[in-house]
Amino acid sequence: MTMDSIGMTRQMLDGDKMIVNMGPSHPTTHGTLRIVLELEGETITKATPEMGYLHRGVEKLGESLSYQQFIPLTDRLNYCSSIMNNVGYTCAVEKLLGIEIPKRAQAIRVLMSELARVADHIVCVGVNAVDIGAFTAFLYLFKQRETAYDLFEMATGQRLHTSFTRIGGLFRDIPDGFVPLAERFLVECEAAVDECERLLTHNPIWHDRTKGIGAISPEDAINWGYTGPCLRAAGVPQDLRKAQPYLGYETYDFDIPVGTTGDVFDRYLVRIEEMRQSLRIIRQVLDRLEPGPVNVDDPKIALPSKEKVYTRMESLIHHFKLIMHGMEMPVGEVYSATEAANGELGFYLVSDGGKNPYRIRVRPPCLPIFNSFNDQVKGCLLADAVAVLGAMNIIAGELDR
Amino acid sequence: MVIEHIDAQLPGTITDRHAFRGDQTIVVAKANFLAVVELLHREGFQLLVDLTAVDWPEREPRFDVVYHWLNLASQERLRLKVPVADGEAMPTLAGIFKTANWFEREVFDLFGIPFDGHPDLRRLLTWEDFQGHPLRKDFPLDGGDVFCMEGCTAPYNNGERG
Repeated sequence: MTMDSIGMTRQMLDGDKMIVNMGPSHPTTHGTLRIVLELEGETITKATPEMGYLHRGVEKLGESLSYQQFIPLTDRLNYCSSIMNNVGYTCAVEKLLGIEIPKRAQAIRVLMSELARVADHIVCVGVNAVDIGAFTAFLYLFKQRETAYDLFEMATGQRLHTSFTRIGGLFRDIPDGFVPLAERFLVECEAAVDECERLLTHNPIWHDRTKGIGAISPEDAINWGYTGPCLRAAGVPQDLRKAQPYLGYETYDFDIPVGTTGDVFDRYLVRIEEMRQSLRIIRQVLDRLEPGPVNVDDPKIALPSKEKVYTRMESLIHHFKLIMHGMEMPVGEVYSATEAANGELGFYLVSDGGKNPYRIRVRPPCLPIFNSFNDQVKGCLLADAVAVLGAMNIIAGELDR
Repeated sequence: MVIEHIDAQLPGTITDRHAFRGDQTIVVAKANFLAVVELLHREGFQLLVDLTAVDWPEREPRFDVVYHWLNLASQERLRLKVPVADGEAMPTLAGIFKTANWFEREVFDLFGIPFDGHPDLRRLLTWEDFQGHPLRKDFPLDGGDVFCMEGCTAPYNNGERG
């Protein structure tokens, strides 16, 4: 081959686009998803996300399960903060039933949800930093995440798949020893968040890697269907806990952090501040937690206590009827949304009056956000795609359902 | 509130309405759908929260395409349903709401409802040569024969493949 033809081939190759597969099994995809990147040099010209690798058909399965039986499936949606999915789903069923749960159950749901939000943001911020190359913040934060998971384990018996809520209340009350550990967690986590901020917020390398990357205008963010921290980072102060309060969130004192540019750095700042606000809410819940029942006093909805089942005929009958025939559901449809760690987690339930829901629709917060991935990374460098993906906090279990 | 505006500006477009547990629902015929959506967009319903469908196999037309909107200024929510028959295409919203792009792909994938004018109508969650549409009521819960690629006839698809 002459030098000329080698030169020609090189020229042709240089002009060619390079296709790079990111995933389905890649350390930065955090879950099983695939992105086909078309590159010109290091610059991304097109990104095509491929998903469905974790599609279990949750919505289809729900149609053949009773309302109570669906709760364990919600654990596996956003597995970084499963309690929030439990809460979101049971709130939807309670809306369908038209019932309100006892004050203590509401407070514990808020407590656990905010713990889960902290744990979820820790994963997002920590892992985003690791992807970009800052390892230390991740380690400092993950120690706190372990404490949060210890708390989940104490209350629910499980670290990840919590299945903590029941329709009309909770699986059980929080145990002795929970509150002291939670108090310690509040102090230590606050310190860890400060430590993380000292490592990252004024770090010039972190600025270089995150500022201006993935910036989005508020109009675009709304048009793309953004919710949660990503929408707030773009400057829209939309938080369902304030805007459409549920579970008594209107009685807690907390602020909604808002960004200006919507870039990775703002998303990071919003999440850091949200952790502090969540700790604030947890503090308030612990301060005003009053004793009381954690389930509605309605044997047609909540299971009677085991003690009663073994000693009273009525309770035994109710137990049997609830397990075998399920609840009596009204005919109708509801959409109920809660503010999950990633954004608006919605459940759309259609009931035909049967034991099983006629249709369950899960509105995953990260699907619309991930939808905009191509728009977000077009023209960026390959390494920026990793930063954007981390800041979107895509959880494949929720994305694919 | 917005329902009254629709009534005033596009009289007769709402064929059915109900409010259950505080959720406002309106039903609109496909022919009037885009006009209503444009009105909603002007009225501030700019966040298309969710787009899905419900299958009623015994009913004619068979599907309800269900849209959930949120007005960020007034925090008002609205559910809009459009009945469509099997095989009938819905007009796409991907031009007005970018978020509709993947939601519509998902509905196309899981229900088999096509969207006219969609820029990239491919399956979203299942793979390209997947047979059938899983969220239809007549699709078997165990997935049926979809995992055998050679020579199987899928009973839920009138015995035809593709």
